[in-house]
Amino acid sequence: MADDLPIVLALLLVTVAGTATVLTRDPVRQVFALAGLGLALALLFAVLQAPDVALSQLAVGTALTPLMVLLSVRKVRRKARSERREEHE
Amino acid sequence: MSILPYLVAGWLFLAGCYGLATSRNLIHAVGSLAVCQASTYVLLLAVGYRRGGTAPVFSDIRPGSRPVVDPVVQALTLTDVVVGATLTALLLALVVQVSKRHGTVDPDELRELRG
Amino acid sequence: MSLRVRMVVLAVGLLGLAAMLVAAFRKLPGFGGSWHPYGQRAVETALGRHTSNVIASINFDQRAFDTMGEQAILFGAVLGTVVILRTTRDERRVEPEPARVPAPLRRYALAVLPVTLLTGLYVVAHGQVSPGGGFQGGVVAATALHLLYIAVDYRALQRVRSVPLFTLADAAGEAGYPLLGLGVLMTGASFLENVLPYGTLGTLSSGGTVPVLNAAIGLEVAAAVVVLLAQFLDQAIVIESEDGEQGAGSVGDGDGRRGEGGAA
Repeated sequence: MADDLPIVLALLLVTVAGTATVLTRDPVRQVFALAGLGLALALLFAVLQAPDVALSQLAVGTALTPLMVLLSVRKVRRKARSERREEHE
Repeated sequence: MSILPYLVAGWLFLAGCYGLATSRNLIHAVGSLAVCQASTYVLLLAVGYRRGGTAPVFSDIRPGSRPVVDPVVQALTLTDVVVGATLTALLLALVVQVSKRHGTVDPDELRELRG
Repeated sequence: MSLRVRMVVLAVGLLGLAAMLVAAFRKLPGFGGSWHPYGQRAVETALGRHTSNVIASINFDQRAFDTMGEQAILFGAVLGTVVILRTTRDERRVEPEPARVPAPLRRYALAVLPVTLLTGLYVVAHGQVSPGGGFQGGVVAATALHLLYIAVDYRALQRVRSVPLFTLADAAGEAGYPLLGLGVLMTGASFLENVLPYGTLGTLSSGGTVPVLNAAIGLEVAAAVVVLLAQFLDQAIVIESEDGEQGAGSVGDGDGRRGEGGAA
């Protein structure tokens, strides 16, 4: 059981990060939760003896996906803001 | 312990589904879908784990000297991580397009628009 | 359907699914067990073909056909994104103003860029020997290029990153994979079979066709990530609709440099 301790801790971390990602309703804050989930997953994969998967999860989950989500949020917000301004005019 | 990792995978999947169904913002929905994706990675790697095993890479250990974890599920997960990211990109592109055409990314408002 | 009914349906569905999942999990082999028949055979086969990274051997040799499907999905997703996010008729491109970057940030990012790029290429090249390969290294190499955006500004990135060129590279990687498979057919072997000499275990030239297919995937993934990020960066920074959407460097949007937080 003591051997499994790192795995149990990593699993707990992933559970918390995953739940936080879903419950964070604001997309910008969710991006950071998502990056945290990516990091937790990479940690879990490393202790599960999967260095290949951990490496790709680290690159994709903490950099690529959050960046794309953030850029989409920015685009959508800009769009919404400009339309709201039109309505006010 | 013997099914705890599987339960974590199940929990992530259900949590992601809950987020998808109750989302008020399509970008948040895509993020929730990413949690669902993560659950499949956890499940696959948990199935392949072997207690006392090491990574299935023989660059610094002699073949046969130590047991290794299952490499098949790792190969499946590895490709899925990268391919999944491009699919997330495709979904985000659709969301950006929806926001351009309809001016909102709230699924409920979108349903009202269609009438 | 009212919100309340929807929540009840959702709760019933999730609880039912949870019950079925738990029932299924109880039948799975216990976590950490030593019974892995497929894994054992895959390891034996990989060692027989002198590939020290068993995962690379599975992806690019034993299950090479499966990986061809995966990379086709990847290509299709990128193609779809490019088509959906193209500049439409009612949009115009507003080139961003040159940005001022703090000197320490510029120095740091410019110093890290070549190191990251080299790391990415190293990870691709050593896929058959140590953990890594085209999928992981491709992403690292592609994100390295975007440090230029942090170090200088978007115009500098645009100058280096020719989107048509990278789209072409993406297609070349995508097409190269099955073409290599067809080339193998010419030698009389079956599609995507490992026909090259296996080499010495643990060296760069080991694994037969594994490093070749791995390089094709590395090219495709790196180009795909560059093209994808180019689409989203263009949308967020350069492209705006004709009807009154404000410019990229305007008030309320910061200085056109927000949104790159995760890239470092």
